[in-house]
This record gives sequence, structure tokens and C-alpha cells, in this order.
Amino acid sequence: MQDFAASLAHAIGLILSGDAELWAIVLLSLRVSLSAVLIAAVIGMPLGAALAVARFPGRQALIVLLNALMGLPPVVVGLVVYMMLSNAGPLGVLQLLYTPAAMIIAQVVLVMPIIAALSRQVVETLDREYSEQLRSIGVSRLGSVPTLLWDGRFNLLTAVLAGFGRAIAEVGAVIIVGGNINHVTRVMTTTIALETSKGNLALALALGTILIFIAITVNAATSAAGGTARRLFHA
Amino acid sequence: MFRRFFMATLMAAGVAAAAAPASAAEEFIVVQSTTSTQNSGLFDYMLPKFSEKTGIEVRVVAVGTGQAIKNAMNGDGDVLFVHAKPSEEKFVAEGYGVERFDVMYNDFVIVGPPSDPAGISGMTDATAALTKIAEAEAPFASRGDDSGTNKAEMRLWAAAGIDPTADSGRWYRETGSGMGATLNTGTAMDAYIMTDRATWIAFGNKGDYEIMVEGDPQLFNQYGVILVNPDRFPNVRAESGQTFIDWLLSDEGQETIASYRVDGQQLFFPNAK
Amino acid sequence: MRDLRLSHSGAVTGVPTPARDLPISARGLRLQRGGKLLIDVPDLTIETVGPTMILGPNGAGKSVLIRLLHGLVEPDAGQITLAGRDPDRAARARQAMVFQRPVLLRRSVTGNLHYVLRFHGVPRSERRARVRDLLARGDLSGKGRQSARSLSGGEGQRLALIRALAGAPEILFLDEPTSSLDPGATQRIEALIARAARAGTKVIMVTHDLGQARRLGEEILFLNGGRVEEQTPVADFFPRPRSAAARAFVDGHLLV
Repeated sequence: MQDFAASLAHAIGLILSGDAELWAIVLLSLRVSLSAVLIAAVIGMPLGAALAVARFPGRQALIVLLNALMGLPPVVVGLVVYMMLSNAGPLGVLQLLYTPAAMIIAQVVLVMPIIAALSRQVVETLDREYSEQLRSIGVSRLGSVPTLLWDGRFNLLTAVLAGFGRAIAEVGAVIIVGGNINHVTRVMTTTIALETSKGNLALALALGTILIFIAITVNAATSAAGGTARRLFHA
Repeated sequence: MFRRFFMATLMAAGVAAAAAPASAAEEFIVVQSTTSTQNSGLFDYMLPKFSEKTGIEVRVVAVGTGQAIKNAMNGDGDVLFVHAKPSEEKFVAEGYGVERFDVMYNDFVIVGPPSDPAGISGMTDATAALTKIAEAEAPFASRGDDSGTNKAEMRLWAAAGIDPTADSGRWYRETGSGMGATLNTGTAMDAYIMTDRATWIAFGNKGDYEIMVEGDPQLFNQYGVILVNPDRFPNVRAESGQTFIDWLLSDEGQETIASYRVDGQQLFFPNAK
Repeated sequence: MRDLRLSHSGAVTGVPTPARDLPISARGLRLQRGGKLLIDVPDLTIETVGPTMILGPNGAGKSVLIRLLHGLVEPDAGQITLAGRDPDRAARARQAMVFQRPVLLRRSVTGNLHYVLRFHGVPRSERRARVRDLLARGDLSGKGRQSARSLSGGEGQRLALIRALAGAPEILFLDEPTSSLDPGATQRIEALIARAARAGTKVIMVTHDLGQARRLGEEILFLNGGRVEEQTPVADFFPRPRSAAARAFVDGHLLV
């Protein structure tokens, strides 16, 4: 068994070498997961917020369902999206299977419930503070959603980061709908899976280390940007 | 003001991401194939030569033979390149494929730990070796995933008159994973493993494992290639797919396969007729 | 756009005109929660132009009553009319409320004011000047760019108050806005309230502070056990409380 120090050295060597192929894989990973998180946030945050402020029969059941969907197994998501996008499936005509677009779709499905459920919690807490004041001003329940999202923006960042963490780390969904095609749909996690199956454990571990670096970088950049924005925009 | 900008940016980014081109404009085909061809490095060696000559990019989805065939049966792929002849013939007979061609072969080997608890080292009769493993109840790691390798292994057990799945979970362990994952798992629990030679030679985590059984004609591993039926799936890129198949079967393709070596060893033996 | 009583200079002069939504009437108003009757007001009419101060012991239903009058809480029975009409959206938009603890949006001080002005449809071109006037009025001119939530207690409540006044409300509801403030801060809030009242805004205010009721109020609404026990001019209430409960309250025997 190769040891961890060797893997770490290997990882640093890979980063320093500026290997074009590695960078292409890293960039594709970021492109797929960031796109998925962005789309999931655009859908999930208003959805979660609406669920936080609206009152209707079945709301509690919907919240339970949404919370449960946070634990959707990536493989299941991958399988469902595969069956939709397959040429034998209803959306086969779009010819999206084995493309980055298919990977983005799968990750949106995976991440959207996480962002929606966490947004629901953030907005509900804020709404407890704001609701009387906003009603007094004359804002309707659903009309308060943009205000609550905007004023909760720094707490919502956590929801988005949780979604990103899930997206960048998952392999089960993207390997099924992307097919792990070299230079087309091969991302960090599927490369790690492939190198592991080839028995190249040191390389796999090195790639895993790089993946962790990326996750740390994105998180640090986001919280730094968030902190600056917080000072600038008075949260 | 900032909010408007923020929202607009968000929307624009979302739309841009969604609309991002799925692939380059150039011509490509999707080949449903197996992990053994991919993990052995054959495709990485062979495909650039083909693409350079024809301008056709080959996108390989490498999964177990069972899954590759099922994907192709959904029309998700233009060419099927796997190693399970009976299943391939059924695939063609049922109208999913146009015609099956032999491309190349390699062979399976049984690898094991140097302690060799079943005492099979050096045997050339695969069924006899499996019988000894079953009698010794020595650990045996099986793919258990309906792949070409798994199907071949099950044929050997059947020839030996043994149903190992009756002992599944005891000495017979089904990993339900690809060849590489099964090798990783099997070597970690000192189990015998049947693997194709190409994957074994290219495998990077052999530890002290050695080849125990080889050379039995029953261990012969034939690869075939099939164009997915464009009459059944109109989206199949039949022309490019056929170009790929023709090239594989041509002298040039066959020589390319023969010339691929890892550690000086030839992994695949072309045998197109 | 209706006439806003606050001129751009912020100066308030002249005789107050009676608010157009007076009188405020409640008929058969009842609210129950958890089997307990919180409000039972068969007949109430508020028509005084000057501030109405709501007094009463703890649990009398003061906060609930102004929430009912403001429309934040729906009654189980009964109805409220403004100048004889059912309160519609437009009438609600002519009201504002300040709470015991100011609810400040997570934005800058000016951001809080812009929010309400935008909601009231004040054109973008006018907002900046209006914000400047409001800040001056609340003595917050130097703090516009600061985060609203970094203000001190008194400053925060002043912001909540000028934000409530930003829409130039006909009726201003106040729920103990000074109860957690020191005397200096309380005085500045009271000055703002008095000025708004002089400018013609009808003030309805819950307070614990008898001195404050005396200083600001024109009439007293004494609430006890969810019922209006007394509605009298300030000048009459303190020397001659009519009910036994009111007398005990004024004498400090009832827990405030």
C-alpha cells in the first residue's frame, strides 16, 4: 500500500506541473458543479422561501419531503436522469446524454432540495423576526419573499456552499449520465473512481487531495467575498 | 440597485450555464465498451490514431459488458464493443445491432496470493482449479455484476458443476463492481480472482499477487464489435460508427491492437476475419 | 400620489388637519386564544385628533388591541371601520406601526428608508431628498451609510420611527416604543412623536409610562382584562379615574 506522504507529494507535484489534462478536468468539474449550484440556487432559494412563508394544507408534509430529499442518493438521481435523457427515454430527442449538460441536470436535481430545504430554514427564522413589520408596511406574504431572501443573503450563502460541497464531491450521478468520457465528461470524482479501479491508488489519492484543495479554495473565496460584501452592504 | 445587478448576474449565469454547448461541433461517436479495454489503456493508445486518420472523435463509455449492452439497447451509443459472445449474438438477433464481428481476444487468468490456500498455482485446467478452490472454501472474489468477465466465470463454474452463489457471503464473495474495484477488494482479503490479462498487467495495485492459473482454452476471451441498429434508433451515427468498425477490422486497426504493449507484454491479440 | 404631510424641508407648521381615516370604530370585537378571551370590545370609537394613549395592567390586551386595529391580527368576531368604511389596502397603506423592539432590515440606515419609500411608490428621483429629510428629522444624518443593525437602541428606534413616518401615515400605531430606552433616548422619541402628531398624524400608542401618557396623550384608553374600561380625556383621567381598576392603576397598585 502506497503511503499518504507519497500521495501528498504526488498531488503537489501534479498541481505544480500545470498538467493541461488535469487542469481541463478540474475546470470541467468546476464548470459543471458551479453551473448546477447556480441553477439550483435560482430555483431552490425562492422555492424554499415560498415554502417558509406560505401557509397551505400539506405544507408540513412538503417540508418533510424536501428535508428527506436532501439525502437523495446520487446513484438514484443519476439513474433517473439517465432514463429521462436516454434515447429510449422521454427526453432522448434532446441528445444530452453523455454531455456536461446532462451532468449539470443531474447535479441540479441532487442539489436543489438541499438549497431549498436550507433556504426554507433560513427564511423561516428571518420571517419570524420580520413578518409583523413587513405586514405593517403592507407587504403580502409571498411579496415578502424577495425581501427575506435579500436580507438573509449571507445566511443563504451557507445553503449554497452546502449544495456546492455535495455537487463537487458526488460521483454516482455524473458517472452514469456523463459516462466518464475522456476529454468530454471526465471530472475529478470520476477520474478518482477510474484511477482507483485501475489500482493507481497514489494517483487517485493525489487527485482527491486536489479536490479537497478546490473545495477549500471555493469555500474560502466565498466567505471572503461574503465578509467583504457584508461590510459593504450592511447585513 | 445592487440587488438588481445581483439577480441579473445570477439569472444570466444560470442561463449561460444551461445553454453552454454540450460538445464541440466536430464529428464524434459514442462507443459503449467495457472497463477492461479502458483500464488496460488500449483505447488511450488506439483511438488517437483512428481520430487522426478520420477526424472522428470516439467517446468511450466504459462500464461492465452487461450494462454496456443495456445502454446500447436504449439506443445510447453508436457502437458496442464488448466481450460476451452469446449476449452479443442475442443483441443482434433481437434487432438491436446490425452485425457482430470478432475483433481481438485476450485471455482470462486466475490470480491469487502467494500463500495459495487452495494449492492451484501452476495449474492449466481452470475448471479443476475452481473445483479445488470450492473444496478448500478458499476466498474467491467475483465481479458479480453480469459483466463479460463475470459471465465467463459463471460458465466455468457451471462446467465444474458447482454453484458458488450458494456460498455467497462465505468464501464466495461477489463485489458487484468493475474489474479494478474487484481486484482492489479481492487482493485486500487474500481472495482468488479471475481477471482478464490486460487489466491485470496494467493494474497498479497488485501487491504480492501472482498469476496462478493460465493457458486453458476455456479462458479464451473474445471481443466483438457491433454497430447499433440505425433502423431501430434513428439517432445512431451509423456512417461514422461503421467507419470505426471498418478501421478496427482493417489491417491498420488490427496491427495497432497488436502493437499495444504494457511492460513489454502484448495485451490483445487481433483475430478479425 | 396623495399629499404627503411632510414637506421636503421637513418643517411642520400650521394647524393640524383631522386625519381622513377618523373615526376608527370597532364593533363587537372579540379575539380568543387558547380558550381565553383576550379582547372583548363591543363598541369603541376613537375620534380624537390628538394622540390616544392605551394604558392598562399587564395582560390587559393592549398590544393585541392595536394589532387588531392595525390589521395585523384578524379578530374572531366583529369589525373595524375607518371613517365608516371597511379598511382596504389603500387605507392600510396609510397606517404604520413601530414595535417595542425595532425590526430593522439587514441593510444600511438609508436602505431601510428607501425600502419603505419604494414600497409607497415614491419616484426614484425624489427618494434621495426624502431620505435626507427623514434622516435629519431623526437626527441620524451622519449615520446613513451605517448598517441599521449596528445602531444603538435609541438610534434604532428613531430609525424605526422615521421609517414609519416615511410614508406619511394617517394613523401611526406605537407599541411601547420607549420601554427599553434610557430617559434621554425616550425624550427624543417623544419629541418625534409629538411633532408627527402636530403634523396631523393620528397617534395610537401603548405605553407603561404614566408620565409619557400625560405628556403626549390627548385621550386615555384604559384597558383591563381585554375590555375598555375607560375612554376619557387625559385631563380627566389622572385626577378622576372612574373605575376602581383605573384608580388602582393610577395609584400604582395594579401591576403595570
